[in-house]
Parts: sequence; C-alpha cells; structure tokens
Amino acid sequence: MQWLIAQWELIPPELQALIIVTLQIVGVMLAVIVIVAFLTLAERKVIGYMQLRYGPNRVTFFGLRLLRGVAQPFADVVKLLLKEIIIPGVSSRFLFLLAPLIVLVPALAAWAVIPFAPEFVLADVDAGLLFLLALTSMGVYGVIIAGWASNSKYAFLGSMRSAAQMVAYEIAMGFALVGVLMAAGSLNLGAIVRAQMGGFLSWNWFWLFPLFVVYFIAGLAETNRAPFDVAEGESEIVAGFHVEYSGAAFATLFALPEYANMILISALTATLFFGGWLSPLQGYLPDGNWLALSGFHWLFLKTGFFLFVFLWVRATFPRYRYDQIMRLGWKVLIPVTLVWIAVEALLAWLRIGPWAA
Amino acid sequence: MPRLKSLLRTFLLTEMLAGMRVTLRNLFRRKITLHYPEEKTPQSPRFRGLHALRRYPNGQERCIGCKLCEIVCPALAITIDTAESADGTRRTTRYDIDLFKCIYCGFCEEACPVDAIVETRILEYHMENRGENIMTKERLLANGERHEAMIAADRAADARYR
Repeated sequence: MQWLIAQWELIPPELQALIIVTLQIVGVMLAVIVIVAFLTLAERKVIGYMQLRYGPNRVTFFGLRLLRGVAQPFADVVKLLLKEIIIPGVSSRFLFLLAPLIVLVPALAAWAVIPFAPEFVLADVDAGLLFLLALTSMGVYGVIIAGWASNSKYAFLGSMRSAAQMVAYEIAMGFALVGVLMAAGSLNLGAIVRAQMGGFLSWNWFWLFPLFVVYFIAGLAETNRAPFDVAEGESEIVAGFHVEYSGAAFATLFALPEYANMILISALTATLFFGGWLSPLQGYLPDGNWLALSGFHWLFLKTGFFLFVFLWVRATFPRYRYDQIMRLGWKVLIPVTLVWIAVEALLAWLRIGPWAA
Repeated sequence: MPRLKSLLRTFLLTEMLAGMRVTLRNLFRRKITLHYPEEKTPQSPRFRGLHALRRYPNGQERCIGCKLCEIVCPALAITIDTAESADGTRRTTRYDIDLFKCIYCGFCEEACPVDAIVETRILEYHMENRGENIMTKERLLANGERHEAMIAADRAADARYR
C-alpha cells in the first residue's frame, strides 16, 4: 500500500489528473451500460405487467428462484454477440460500419456534462446545455447514414422519417431549453440545478410546466420511442433504419444508444426541471435531516421515475401517424413553447416568480 | 365556450392521462399468464390429442379392421391393411396414422364401432427423426396400453352424452 502511494506520487500531477478523469469516465460509462442492460429487462417486465403478462422470468443466476428473469439481459447480449454480422453486399461498407458509431458516441459523450452529485461532474463546462443540444442532434446523422448506407428501401424510408422528425422536435426541445436557461441564467447544468434550490415547488417544473411537458414529449421523439417510433415502425417498415444490421453491430450499436439516450433524456428532465440531485424535501424539513440532504440518490430516483414513464408511455399509446407527428411537432409543440417563453419573460419583467432577480 | 373546453382538454392531456391510468391499473392487477410447464390449463375429457389403439381387458385387439375410420378421415391420414388372423377373424396387419396429415378432428374416434381408435389427452409429444410422424400399429397399441386408465376414465365420463 505504502509502495503504491509512493509510486502514485511519482506520477506528474497532470498525468494524475488525466488518470483520475479517465477512471471516472470509465466508471460512468460502465454504470450507464449496466443500467442499459437492466433497462431492457425493466422495459419487458413493465410492459408485460401492464399487459397482464409476467415478462421474462426464466433465466436466472445459479438457479435462484428469487432472481428469475434477472439474467435475461446477459443471455440476450451473449446471444447477440454470437450471431453473425451480415454486411449487405450492395451497401456502402464504410458508412454502414460508421453509422452505428455515430449513433453510439454522442449517446455516451453527452454524459460528460451531467452533474451527478453536488461535487461530481465529469466536465464542468459553462456551455453544458449547448454541448448537449449539439450532441443529441448528432445522433440523427448516424440514423440517416445507417439508412442510406444499407441500400434498402425500408431502411431508407425509416431514416427519412427519422430525419424529418428529429428536425421538427429538435426545435421544440431547444425552445423548451431556452425557457430553462432563462430561469437559471446559465448554460452550466450545475448552475441550473443550483438555481432550483429550495424544495419541491421551487424546481423549474412548477413555473415551466408546459415547457417540461413539451421537453418530455420531444424527448420521446428524439429517442425514437413509442409513440414516436416511426423510424423503426416494425409494423410498417420492418425495422426502419436498422433492418440490415444484425448481431453485435445491432446490439452494441443501435440497441445500446437507444437505451442510453432514454436514460440521458430522463436524467436531463430530472436535472433541468426536477432539480437534479436536489432533495424534494429541502426547506420543508430541518437542515440536518437526512431526507433533506442533496445527493446522487435523488437524481437516481428521479431518473428512474422518468424511465418508468418512458416505458409506461410505450405500453399505453399506439404509434403516431407520420403526418400527425409533423403536425404535433410544428403546429402544437413549437407554438406552445414560444407562448410560454413569452409568458416567462413577462413574469420575469413583472418580477413574479422565482427568477425575479 | 365548448371550444374553450375542448382546447383545455387537449392541452391538459386529459385523454392521454386517462389512457395511462388504465395501463397503470393493469400494472398492479393479477397476472393471467400460466407458468406453462409448472401450471397447466384444465383439459376436457373430450380433448383430442395423440392417438391410441385399445385392447379388450382380455388382451384382444379391439380393432376389427372395418376401415370406417380410414374412410371418414378428412385428411386421409389413416392407412389400413387387413388379413385373416390365426383364429379366423379379420384383423389389421397395418394401421398407420400420419401425424403430419392428421387434423385431430376426432372423426375416426366417432366412426369406430368398437371404440378401438381413440384420441388421448396427451398433447406434449414430439418427433426427433424422419418417419416418426407415422404412428404405426405397434406404437398406437403401446400408447393404448400405457394410458388405458386415462382413456377408460375419459370414455366413462363422456358416455352419457354419446
């Protein structure tokens, strides 16, 4: 132990910082991937339960009855990894293999700016919100390239739909975020969270409720989740942009980003509108009370709740028709956000509400 | 005013929330799935599963080779050859049922004047090799011997209605 510490101190401080950050990144990524694995299980379980089924309940660790179903994601991963990766002969090979990476990288890179706990964020950048907007709109390029490179009609249709949808909802999402940054006066996510200090009712959702709803709906659309899953639309265009992908390429490079994006959107909703790592009871209980303490667990709980809503929505609503999606995006969500931004500006000007300063 | 009301309904997402309430309620309802190999649905004594040929209690084959089942079979799944046996009666030398052709309609069972060919309640069976889909006379008889108790009980339960 002594020797290890001595060795550690021999490393120059810049390199020390680099090693620490790298370890943190690896830790966060591993956590995200493990959560993704269990999210796939949770999805099948929750949707199954809502349809009066049990969902997967056979695969278990060491034959323990209590854990039935828990090993399902691992079984799925092994199955997918053992499958053959088929690259269509007429596809554009380079782009075909590049596309999944373009989807995957932003989905994981966006985690850099999420403040997990009061003192823990990978990169405390001032333009965090801008970084997130830039990264989340990168993902759609992967989808478009995947559809195009597959040289398949279904994949191409899927990516066209996805492109139009992303363009429409990106704007609504951006406007919803404008409301948030007006309230917080900062693009730094940590600052946005700190601006919401003071208990359940001082979080952004209370004054920005319409923006919160719009943001969440746009988040559903951004992640291509039901009821906005026209890009996949398995009953219409087989599997949309990823028809031609199989095996490990499909598993790690399309299923993983989809779920990672879901977690990301949930975490962002929690951070931007529900006070991130802040405790909901802060200000209602005496200061020392453990329930009033802020910390990572609150973010975890809030994210988990929004993930549940993601699954809940998927179990409830049928897929939107394509023209209805466009109508909702352009003619409903964007006007709603614009109106509410105006209302917010007015309130701020009249010095009503928490952002009076 | 009704216009305002409908606008409010649209923007407060009441219909959406009503739908989500239904699914949330279902989340906590009792699940209706059976854990199949451990739990099974109840079966009727009239269930039509795998076929069997029966014998009389003294061991004599019931089948008299009348070929009514072969004629009535809508899927032409039954093939019968007959010959005179040692005791001078007519007996089958071949009684094949092709399980791939069989549609499990139960007509053979109904046509049989001596209750020789029956369908048991067995539904969990499989074939591993080609040709195993043909139930030969030996296999049918063996089936009948193995499950005679069940077959007899089912016939008895259903006798009133025949």
